[in-house]
Amino acid sequence: MLKRDILTDKLREDKWWISPLLVLLGLLSFVVYSTWAAWQGEYFWWSGGSEGFGGYLSPFYSPTIYIDPSKPGVPPLDFSLLGSWPEWLSWLPGQSPAWLILIFPLSFRFTCYYYRKAYYRAFSLNPPACAVQPIKGLPSQVSAVTNGKINAFNSGKKYDGERGLLIFQNIHRYAMYFAVIFIFILSYDAFLAFFNNGKFGFGVGTFILTVNPILLGCYTFGCHSIRHFVGGNLDCFSCSAYHDKVSHNNWRIVTFLNRRHQLFAWLSLVWVGLSDVYVRLVSMGIINDINTWGI
Amino acid sequence: MKERDFKIYRGDDERGELVSYKCNVSEGMVVLDVIHKIQAHQANDLACRWNCKAGKCGSCSVEINGKPRLACMTRMNELEEDKTVVITPLKSFPVLKDIVTDVSWNYEQNQKIKPFTPSKKDTEKGFVMMQKDVDRVQHFRKCIECYLCQNMCHVIRDNEGKDKFAGPRYMTRLASLEMHPMDKADRIEDVKDVHGSGMCNITRCCTEVCPEEIQITDDAIIPLKERVVDRFYDPIMMLFRKLFGKKKETTS
Repeated sequence: MLKRDILTDKLREDKWWISPLLVLLGLLSFVVYSTWAAWQGEYFWWSGGSEGFGGYLSPFYSPTIYIDPSKPGVPPLDFSLLGSWPEWLSWLPGQSPAWLILIFPLSFRFTCYYYRKAYYRAFSLNPPACAVQPIKGLPSQVSAVTNGKINAFNSGKKYDGERGLLIFQNIHRYAMYFAVIFIFILSYDAFLAFFNNGKFGFGVGTFILTVNPILLGCYTFGCHSIRHFVGGNLDCFSCSAYHDKVSHNNWRIVTFLNRRHQLFAWLSLVWVGLSDVYVRLVSMGIINDINTWGI
Repeated sequence: MKERDFKIYRGDDERGELVSYKCNVSEGMVVLDVIHKIQAHQANDLACRWNCKAGKCGSCSVEINGKPRLACMTRMNELEEDKTVVITPLKSFPVLKDIVTDVSWNYEQNQKIKPFTPSKKDTEKGFVMMQKDVDRVQHFRKCIECYLCQNMCHVIRDNEGKDKFAGPRYMTRLASLEMHPMDKADRIEDVKDVHGSGMCNITRCCTEVCPEEIQITDDAIIPLKERVVDRFYDPIMMLFRKLFGKKKETTS
């Protein structure tokens, strides 16, 4: 018998397909839900009827650049950065402000070194799991649309890694800059969630919206690009007092988070989705927020 | 003592077969013990490479039930009792005989790497390094060159990438040299063009298989990719380097 016919992945009888299948279902579920939620353009804010300082805002919609105040479950106009929904954006589905900002967190996650592992395994199936041969078919057809330029979707001789079109993965550090800004924005939203009409208090929504930037922060500040910037790019920490004291400590902290990057990638993804679900359900009146304001 | 079923690849690089054996397995035995027992009592001509039997020489790399592993570090009680244990050679390299492979392609990759290049001044003065500077480099020195990562890497294993990618082992060596506080050579262009860092799509199988638990992807490949981005793909860093950057020495 030929060697190549013996040494195949049929020798693996374990359930290697469970992990890529779960990742596939997890990521697809998030993509489907987030697209649907972004499409709605309504019920993304709750304050129990008051219009003063505070309220719960869904992270999918923060910051609200434009607002269409005629829709239900949206914040008052003075919560928007640039005012009411403009005519020139009327073509956007659902007149939803989520479309204007989702590109930033999505590009960060899409080019993230952890998610690259996840979706190359689960979607390009090259390889679907370790020591399992690439599964040809759909991935190579996807690549064929671009004349084979999505190189990691090709297999065999045509495989060319993250070159060709996939060179865009190198924008990850730029996506990271925006992701860091969003941590501060979502932290401010969490601060707002402690107030209702200017009155301090807290509720279940406050807890959910406070945990959200914490998990996102643990994910974002464990980013490989941040690790590179804070010290990974240095060959010698002790060669300057600043690098010795500051860079090395920062690098160690980021390394601690970086070792848990996959964990926080999933926790923050699930939590940001749950935050939107919670604010939406409360805003629609389907569930009541338990809080100290008594509303 | 319990009798277990085994299948071992017997043949050369072209043709072979999975030959069945039965072997009594007692408590504490590892797969390499079984191979030795079969070699001693049933198949004297079975070729197998081994040396330390302690997971430190990297010689006994094989595939057990389709997964690359060190035979000396795989205990029999980790494998399901009622299933036949299949032992095959490393898939990515040519078979010399039975489960012994020719790994010389790896040595060729090693030779392409610019060696450690300290400055003349440091060489004369002697190396004084702080522990925090060498921690990263020492982590890479744990490598036992078992080549399980090279064998597991799908670029080499299944995507015919031997002429484009040096493999995770040599990305690790490159990282250990690039991050060395005393090294003055510049290898970033080579990392991209000669050693093919762009071929890696971060599927992390090399890290999963490493018996020394070296964080190959997070500590070697991704930091190298980030340094390549600094040099070739990030316009702000390119400008910054042009204005303020110091060039590395390339000679000792």
